[in-house]
Amino acid sequence: MTTFPERLKALHSRMADRTAITLQFSGRDDLSITNKQLLCGANAYAQALEHESIQPGEVVVLILQHGEDLIYAFWGAILHGAIPSIMPFLTEKLSPERYKADLSALISVTKPSAIVTYPEFEAEVHAALPGENSVRSVVVTDRIESRPDVDFASLKGFHCKSEDIVLLQHSSGTTGLQKGVALSHEAVFNQLNYYSKSLEITDADVIVSWLPLYHDMGLIAGFLMPILSGIPLVIMSPFDWVRAPYKLLQSISKYQGTLTWLPNFAYNFCAQKIRDRHIEGVGLSSLRAIINCSEPVRWESHVAFYERFKDHGLKLEMLQTSYAMAENVFGVTQSQLGRIPVVDEIDREAFMVERVARGPLDGHSSMKMMSSGKPLENVKVKAIDENGQELPERVIGELALQSNCMLTGYFNRPDLTEKAFRDGWYLTGDYGYIANGEVFVSGRKKDMIIVGGKNIYPQDLETLTYEVAGVHAGRSVAFGLFDETQGTEDVVVIAEVDSEDADEQQKIADAIRLHVTKNSAIALRYVKVVGPKWILKTSSGKTARTANKEKFLLELQENRGI
Amino acid sequence: MTDGITSEIEKYIATQILKQPNRKIAADEPLISSGLIDSFSLMDLALFVEDTFGVRIEDTELNANTFDNLTQLTSLVESRKA
Repeated sequence: MTTFPERLKALHSRMADRTAITLQFSGRDDLSITNKQLLCGANAYAQALEHESIQPGEVVVLILQHGEDLIYAFWGAILHGAIPSIMPFLTEKLSPERYKADLSALISVTKPSAIVTYPEFEAEVHAALPGENSVRSVVVTDRIESRPDVDFASLKGFHCKSEDIVLLQHSSGTTGLQKGVALSHEAVFNQLNYYSKSLEITDADVIVSWLPLYHDMGLIAGFLMPILSGIPLVIMSPFDWVRAPYKLLQSISKYQGTLTWLPNFAYNFCAQKIRDRHIEGVGLSSLRAIINCSEPVRWESHVAFYERFKDHGLKLEMLQTSYAMAENVFGVTQSQLGRIPVVDEIDREAFMVERVARGPLDGHSSMKMMSSGKPLENVKVKAIDENGQELPERVIGELALQSNCMLTGYFNRPDLTEKAFRDGWYLTGDYGYIANGEVFVSGRKKDMIIVGGKNIYPQDLETLTYEVAGVHAGRSVAFGLFDETQGTEDVVVIAEVDSEDADEQQKIADAIRLHVTKNSAIALRYVKVVGPKWILKTSSGKTARTANKEKFLLELQENRGI
Repeated sequence: MTDGITSEIEKYIATQILKQPNRKIAADEPLISSGLIDSFSLMDLALFVEDTFGVRIEDTELNANTFDNLTQLTSLVESRKA
């Protein structure tokens, strides 16, 4: 079994001058990075970490935007044997105070030795560090010296073992940042070997991605897999893509892209928002697959996307699905390329009431479930009941999995790691069923909200509302509501206040919207401020999110204006 | 004319983006820098403006520097229509 540094070295010796990464920026020419440049750029960062006396096995947090520095710093940490962790970069929408709080949350659990950032952000990083902390060095990008001569023997990453931790992945928000998924070299290679096999990846593939690297889909499928497999990668910034989604299609056309990954909402987003004038002459026939992953997959979203782009060479069978999670490195399942994913039409009532997925009875309403494909060859998936017993096919339960590419653990959180497993099976927190070996994901056990592919913990949003004047602690509730048009969830926040005055409630609603957005970078779709005793609590006094969601939906139906 | 443009945009934002049809938006109320309109909804707003008033807004212009309130967006529409 190999390691990341060994693989990088092998790629360099085999094809030093081949382009590994094409970086795209809005309003600038594309930038090509060869395997040799990647190695040299990474070497410069490895030397800088060495100079700062950062030790192998220590964590290095990267606070950098899409670009060369992020790529070189990530691989530099790896060549040094340190553990890189990419933190989302500060955006204009997020308040600096909240960013500091998030950074503190990350540092308190992850205990990094170094942080890499830009010179203009150095002071902010220092200011955000808690009183006593683990950070010995803030490495600034403009002080990195070029090191074109790579001395492999002196690079400490070459002493790593395959079972060592190679990187950490976090999800967003205060809760997510305190829970870093630690992955070993071995786990990542096991994942890539089987995932590439299920995708039938060859040297002729070209991967195109706009996904952020602090998310598993972007980091694994849209970064590490192509680089470690020696497949060309074309990558643009998520911030550029969201303003100009057509650029992904232009890039596929220009670079003859064969594979790309999208969260479900992006299918609707592209279908609804791309203008003809932006895709004149764009051809998508080079594609082997666009893979829908990281949000519940919707057949309707595939159809909308296909109808919009079929005249540009898109075929319905190019639209594929996968079920993935950071704890399994990435892919758990993958639909079979070249075929339309299985769509299972089931009885809505039986699904809701009996928790069984079967064909609709006469006269009953039905719903379409799209398969996420079959488990990868190295992964076992089963649906279990509350007692951990395996359920028969077509019975809905919590999905549990076993594989040789699981996380080493949540970093510095043995308590969470232990809770995540039951009898050697990882509990995903997702509900679903299995039929003819195909995995169908139907919902979540955890209250997590998924908006645009981003996981959000509702308690983080609720905590923010308590900071707004007029809202008392424990008296708000946040949840996600699936929006058919957008193909993803809308975020709803309901807050209970003492006042029954409509104007006063409106003012508080505005204040909540502003405060939550500034402090979470999540836009709220519905903000409802209500009088006393609206919010339902459980007998133990906890907020019952599902019950409140049902109450909200009922009111929404009765009264379309809120 | 100006009032018509402003009120049409205001109505769109209140009903379609904020889902609060009765919400009033002040002419100088920050829309983007305040987080009232996120990046996904910003695209919707731009498409609405393009379709309703027959003007073009480029993706590079979708930020708070180009327009951040109803007054600024209305003048942008008027200058493009002219």
